[in-house]
Amino acid sequence: MTLTLPTTPVVDRFAERAAAVAAVAAQFADEVDRDARPPREAIAAMREYGLLAAAVPTEHGGEGASVSELSAIATELGRACAATGMVFAMHQGQVMALWRHGGDGAGVLDTIAAVRDGALVASATTERGVGGDARRSTCSIEATDDGRIRLRKDAPVISYATEADAVFVTARRDPDAPASDQRLLICRTDSMVLSQTSTWDTMGLRGTCSNGWILDTETTVDRVFRDDYAAISAQTVLPVSHVLWASVWLGIAASASERARTAVRKQARAAIGTTPPEALRLAELLVDLQALADSVRHAAERFDAEADDPEVLASSAYALAANALKIGASERVTDIVTKALRIVGIAGYAASGPMSIARHLRDAHGAAVMVSNDRLLKNDADLALMTGVIL
Amino acid sequence: MDQEPQHSSTTATLLDPTIEQAVRRALADHGRLTVDAQDVASIADLYALGLSSHATVNVMLAVESELDVEFPDSVLNRSTFATVESIVAAAELAS
Repeated sequence: MTLTLPTTPVVDRFAERAAAVAAVAAQFADEVDRDARPPREAIAAMREYGLLAAAVPTEHGGEGASVSELSAIATELGRACAATGMVFAMHQGQVMALWRHGGDGAGVLDTIAAVRDGALVASATTERGVGGDARRSTCSIEATDDGRIRLRKDAPVISYATEADAVFVTARRDPDAPASDQRLLICRTDSMVLSQTSTWDTMGLRGTCSNGWILDTETTVDRVFRDDYAAISAQTVLPVSHVLWASVWLGIAASASERARTAVRKQARAAIGTTPPEALRLAELLVDLQALADSVRHAAERFDAEADDPEVLASSAYALAANALKIGASERVTDIVTKALRIVGIAGYAASGPMSIARHLRDAHGAAVMVSNDRLLKNDADLALMTGVIL
Repeated sequence: MDQEPQHSSTTATLLDPTIEQAVRRALADHGRLTVDAQDVASIADLYALGLSSHATVNVMLAVESELDVEFPDSVLNRSTFATVESIVAAAELAS
């Protein structure tokens, strides 16, 4: 009926497990936010319930979750604790590259097995000196005298690095390669050293603990992905990450909207039979929320439909669509949460309490800032001269 | 038993009298039924007795208000408000 907020699909083999993890995440969400510490309890629960391993293909002993299924999980987690949702989303964006682009080297296959068994994967894709551009690197993979490889990367951001079992790192193919000729390297915790260079003390998404680190690693060449990073990024990391981030933001928006609805329902109970004026604002809010939900889920289904077609995924129309989802969703989430705050009023403006919208609003603003919308638009600007949208 | 014979025809549990009275009062005040809400069998189809989806909202609000509960999203569907018995069951879940 009309009062039911759209949440996650009901027919979902992960629904019960996602709800169980979300309950844990919700319990610690305020503490994680206050202390800017990793959502360790929720990460442990994601591992225990198999959510970190959800996407591992069946041929590798996993459950083979689709991006649509991951999207529903990400939203459920994001409703409870946005930091937990973002850890889930960032992890999935990386691990899917393993079986799609890793090849069959021993160092890749044993990492797939580790993920199947619950390993958490972080990423180091930006670098001091190249700004936030993940598609350029300064550091490079270097050969050692004894046939191994080594790498040092000064990363302004590695989210949840202290909790991860592996970090996937971009670097130039070799010391002579241009900045855009990148490879992706698997660094397991037993083969790398992290030195912290900056502290993540931000307005929102504080629990992602996206501190700066210098990463030093020495490992074997079979830990380098088969495909180059240009392909990995275009066909997997970027589209999957955008869908799953947006799914988390949808969860933030849904949670704020639920509080708005609770507030309006309270007003309605005070004068039953008379629709409170704020109900109109609530109805408007649900229009925005439904549009956001539809665009997120449709993008997830589009990826699933094209997942095995590199030509489509590498096309500029698809790149524009993937960026459009990220940009559009990040703008909408702050808008929806702000509108929810207006509806709830002073109880929503409170810094804490059951009706507070404070954490939602702070977290929501991370969406447009943590990966800059302007950077994406700059990338889009060239493509836009020759490509339209997918109608 | 000579009181409320309609209850004996159900296989389900005995309804909590406090919640049942709140539900029947809410139906009487806001349900716009074609019959007296106090006399409706607990398993009778309320939609067949005139309950509209708009009236359902007010019935829900009245039950919430009287019992100081809030129905969870999971029970907010058409079948929940189909009978006195199902509304009572939902209200028990909410409390």
